Amino acid sequence: MKLSPDETIFWQNGFFTINLTIVTTWALMLVLVIISLIITRRLKTGMLISRWQCILEMLVITINNQIEEIGLKNPKDYIGFIGTLFLFIVTANILIILPWYEPPTGSLSTTSALAICVFMAVPFFGIEKSGIGGYLKSYLQPTFIMLPFNLISEITRTLALAVRLFGNIMSGGMIIAILLSITPFIFPIVMKSLGLLTGMVQGYIFSILATVYIAAAVHDSKPSDKKNLISTK
Amino acid sequence: MDNVSIIAVASIVTAGFSTSIGCMFPALGEGKSVSTALSSIAQQPDAAPTITRTLFVGLAMIESTAIYCFVVSMILIFANPFWTHIIAK
Repeated sequence: MKLSPDETIFWQNGFFTINLTIVTTWALMLVLVIISLIITRRLKTGMLISRWQCILEMLVITINNQIEEIGLKNPKDYIGFIGTLFLFIVTANILIILPWYEPPTGSLSTTSALAICVFMAVPFFGIEKSGIGGYLKSYLQPTFIMLPFNLISEITRTLALAVRLFGNIMSGGMIIAILLSITPFIFPIVMKSLGLLTGMVQGYIFSILATVYIAAAVHDSKPSDKKNLISTK
Repeated sequence: MDNVSIIAVASIVTAGFSTSIGCMFPALGEGKSVSTALSSIAQQPDAAPTITRTLFVGLAMIESTAIYCFVVSMILIFANPFWTHIIAK
């Protein structure tokens, strides 16, 4: 039994391997980019807009609202990262309705790459907002005794992000594979529809957690921002 | 018993226990959090979106502990490092 699409290898030469995960990931990226390019080629501002533009606007507005509700005041700065994560994971998980499709998120390498992206984005946005000193100060936040725990939590939450997404998607595929050998008639379809729900929720959770982590790194500089605002007013 | 069967028995039994125990307690926790969220939505329907979002994030957090146990048991059954080590010998 195959645990992940990593084990289907198309081409291998020394260190470089091209497996099903990489192929599916690139295909997904191409699909997402081409669809967005086609839709955004003819954007209109009038009363009558095309239905695809309407769908895209709804998506962007919803993601913006979600980011803003969590506490990031300028969602435009973050939607490029968080919206991409959300769209990629959701598309990767939703496409399991296609036959012979194996979600790339069911491989630990994809999910750890996404989790490492979040791990790098948190200091990036934190430093961009409050400078290196301000960001490093957030590790000493309640007291300096919390420094090792803050550092540990930085690592463990990245690990948890990766294993959570991988485990959920992999377990969905595994359950379907096991059910196919036991009751191959109706139950796999039921579990597959449950897999659609799980995939949607996991994409949402992943992006929400990324937003929460970024918000935590950016928020620590909030008091000084307020002081600046008051002094400039 | 030789080494191979000891490793096989230990892996299978541990895999079963880790999934069963790891499903039991997260289920209890999820039930508790869903019931609390439902009663608070019934008290304050206005706050339903916020409560639902927080509930989903919390459920995912609780769920991930169960998923960790599942991953461990999957590793024990399908990709056991001790087993491959002893077979390769």
